[in-house]
Formats: sequence, structure tokens, C-alpha cells
Amino acid sequence: MEQVSFLTCGDCAVTVAFPQEIREETNRRIRFLAARIQSAGIHGVQETVPTFCSLTVYYDPLVLPRKKLEHHILRLLGSYRDNASAQKRVFRIPVCYEGDFAPDMEDVCRLTGLTRQQVIALHSSVDYLIYMLGFLPGFPYLGGMDPRLEAPRLECPRTRIPPGAVGIGGKQTGIYPLASPGGWRLIGRTPAVLYDPHRENPIVYEAGDYIRFCPITPEEFQRLVESGETDIREETV
Amino acid sequence: MKMTILSPGPLSTIQDEGRFGAMGKGFSPGGAMDPIAMKLANLLVGNAPGMGVIEMTMAGITARFDCDSVIALTGADMSARRNGVPIERYRSIAVHAGDTLTMGAALHGMRAYLAVTGGFDLPVVMGSVSTNLKCGLGGFRGRKLQRGDELPLNQSVPASVFGERRLAIPDSCPDVVTLRVLLGPQDDAFTERGIAAFLSSEYTVTGQSDRMGIRLSGERIESKHGVDILSDGIATGSIQIPASGTPIIMMADRQTTGGYAKIAAVISADLSLAAQVRPGTRIRFVTVPEQEAIRLRREMEKKMKQREYEMLYGI
Repeated sequence: MEQVSFLTCGDCAVTVAFPQEIREETNRRIRFLAARIQSAGIHGVQETVPTFCSLTVYYDPLVLPRKKLEHHILRLLGSYRDNASAQKRVFRIPVCYEGDFAPDMEDVCRLTGLTRQQVIALHSSVDYLIYMLGFLPGFPYLGGMDPRLEAPRLECPRTRIPPGAVGIGGKQTGIYPLASPGGWRLIGRTPAVLYDPHRENPIVYEAGDYIRFCPITPEEFQRLVESGETDIREETV
Repeated sequence: MKMTILSPGPLSTIQDEGRFGAMGKGFSPGGAMDPIAMKLANLLVGNAPGMGVIEMTMAGITARFDCDSVIALTGADMSARRNGVPIERYRSIAVHAGDTLTMGAALHGMRAYLAVTGGFDLPVVMGSVSTNLKCGLGGFRGRKLQRGDELPLNQSVPASVFGERRLAIPDSCPDVVTLRVLLGPQDDAFTERGIAAFLSSEYTVTGQSDRMGIRLSGERIESKHGVDILSDGIATGSIQIPASGTPIIMMADRQTTGGYAKIAAVISADLSLAAQVRPGTRIRFVTVPEQEAIRLRREMEKKMKQREYEMLYGI
């Protein structure tokens, strides 16, 4: 097994660092560890935050000494078996790539040398892995964007990006669950409500799930908003 | 039973211990910046230590009560008065229907806390009443307090049934503060010279500081090959070094993850002190062994427990 290292984050958190690279296999290992820590119910562990290649574990050192925590983590990692063919949970997110919903589409076409149809086809043909959530509640860091869609961030970030906006920033694509400033180029928008604090589960997807963008027309966007069909659909494949 | 805000001060929000369990989905924990002051305010009015209180920043509120209650003020001294007469901090204060509480600017320190007996009647969102300003979530309508807000109280308590409680007033936040840190998680991203600058020079708190982070000016901290990392978790008190080279102490409303290297983190026993620094305060960082950080945390918790027994049982 690859070695992990334990990085000190003050006296109440430790970051379990895996090899520093963005790889699906590493990310699976991290999610496995997070799930096992949770199901093991280790007394003194408060919560965990998975990222690209690390897991930050919050704990109370007066209840659980760090050496003991590290021992638990190594033991849990020892039982890891990679299972790349396991079922995956995919969230289908309707996106309108047209008109005012896609203010930077023309620029993205110019920068990539692709037509609008090609951008939409490439962007909506992939199941994107959610490596981690951060920056904003429910903001997914997605892996798997076609390199032909790469486009640099805006030189001058927008002060307000509306909730549901879908953008491209460098090698990454993502979606803004709530209004925020941001520098990504916006190529679409979803009518789906990604973040609702009054739902039992305010953010329905988590790290390890997949997102697929499904193109819709402006009329369909309008219809979904008006009919209140703003939940996102989930399927297991 | 309510408290009406006549003047809200620059930034007054409802805060409790914080919103936990959803950091993995990107939710900042929030909660009182100075958890010790928040807990003591609650204990002084007979509440459980983690109930929602009003956190006031730089200057306090002016408010009117429409029922009898008992309140307590802790943290920074904001020259509080009840009906124009000065009242002390760190003791229970009876208020009567029609009374007005007036507060001014902080004389020392940055944040004051106001607790009321029985707490505020506000919805618990995701396990907490803390206000998350970025998401418009929790607290009073998800925002900072405004003039005219009517904060509902859970109960009215005639002062006659409530024995007076008081605690020693702690020292005010000094102009020069030493914060103890543990190096890591990315101290190896910095040169020896960078780490020496961090530990030997004095930094000054800037006016850009907020509940997300305390931004400092001072000597640049030199990195080996830049400060960009693959985003990882940011613990409370982490000291992030962005490209500018000057430190930011990441506090309650910080992002849960970030892509800048973190040279060190303030130990948990010093976070309440960090919460009280204000623009112009000078900060020195010193490292302590991890065992010492844990000993100091144990001492802090023990002291809080003692206060809790004192307040509850008068011993």
C-alpha cells in the first residue's frame, strides 16, 4: 500500500495526506477511509473533510490521543480493496446552454476553436467525478472535463454569479450552488436547486458521486422553474 | 417576549458553538469567534454553555426589552449601560420590561457577547442557530441584525427569582499578543528564512480582517516553490500564506478547503485570544510542543467545567 503521512493542523485536526496527484484511485481510497471512520464510530472523532488527495480529520485530543487516531486510520486503510467497477451514483443536472444563460459561450467558442454545438456536446457527454466539495457549500470540484474545453478564467472576476451557473475555469468545470463572486467562464445554467438549507439534505450529492449535465432549451428551463420541478435526478449505474 | 434592536452596531450576529457535520459538503462551521466568552455569557444567565448569543463586533447594539429578563455581557468592554446607568461585564444583570440597553465602541478587544436567560427563540438549521452570512442561513433571518429587528425570547424571567451570578473580569486583550502555534500542515513549503521571519517578526492586524480570517501585514514569508497546493482541509486557526506572503489566520467562517499552503495553526487554547485582536494589534507567533498545546487545552476545559459548577451549584 502507498504510504500516507499525517500532517499537523493545530491540536484538534490532522490531515491524512496521500500522494499529491489527482487520481480517481487515490480519491476512492480517501472516500473509503472517510466512510470507514464514520461507520467505525471512533470516540473522539468529530468529522472529516475529503479533498483531492487528503482527508482532514477533526478530533478532540483530550478524548482521543493523536497516536491512537493514527493507529485507527492505518488499520482501516489496511482493509482497503480497490473496486473500480462498483456501482456509481450519477446526478443528472439539466442545463440550458443558450442565450442569457450562457454569457461567455461566444468567448469559450473563440478560445477553444469549437462551435457552440461542439462545446455543448463535449460538455454534456461525460459523467464527471465529484472529487471534493469546498469553496462554497456544495461547490463540486469535478474531474474528467475534455481537455479541448479548457479556457482560462476571466481576467476580471464577476462580483456576482447566479446560483445554478455552470462554468469552465482552466482545466476544470463546475457549478455554483449559490450566488457568489467568481472568475469562471459561464456556459450555461441549471434551473435545479442544488442548495436548500431547509431540505433534510441541503446538498444531495457528495464526494464520490458523479454529475452529468443534460442540455435543455430555454423553454424547458422556464417550464421546470414554473412547475417547481427543481429537484435533481439521481440514478445508480 | 422580545428584544427590539434600536441600533445594530457594525456587525452583530447570532452565534452558538457552530454548525458541525457538514464541513465535508463545504459548510463553514461558523459559531462564536471567542467560544470562551460565549460560554461564560450563557453560564452567567443559567443557560447551557452552547446556546445562541449575540456576537457584537467593534461596537455593540442598543436594544429595548419588552419583558423582564436576565442578561450577561462578556468579551470586549463596550461601555454597556442599562437605562443610561453603566453596568458591569461578567455578571448577571436584571432587566425589566421597557428597559433599554445601550452599548458603545469596544475599548479593548474586538468582540462582545450578550446572552439572555432561556436564549432566543430562533430556528435551529442543520443543528445550529449560528448565522452563516455567506449562505444567508441560520441566526435571525440568515443575516446580521438590523434596526427594528424583534428577537423573540424563549422565556421571561423576573429578576427576583434569579440569584446574582458573577465571575472575575478577565484581562483585556493587550496591544501586543503572543499566539502559540503548532507548525504544519505545509511548513515544509517554506524556506528556513521564511519560517524564521514568521516566528521572529511582529505582524500587525489589518482592517480587512473579518469572521473568515484575520489578515496580517508584516514581513513576507518566503516559500520554496510557491504557495499553491492541491486544495486540502483548513482547520480552525490555520495560518494560510497566500501569494502575497503575509499570513491570514483562518477563523470561524473560513472556507472548509483551500489551495494555499498553511505554515502553522494557532492552538485551540489561544483561539479565543485570537478572536479579540483588532486592527492595529501586533501579533507574535511562538511554537509550542504538541503535548503543551494539549495540556493548555485540558487546562482551558477544566477551567470551563469549574465555572460551570460554580454557576450551577454555587461552589
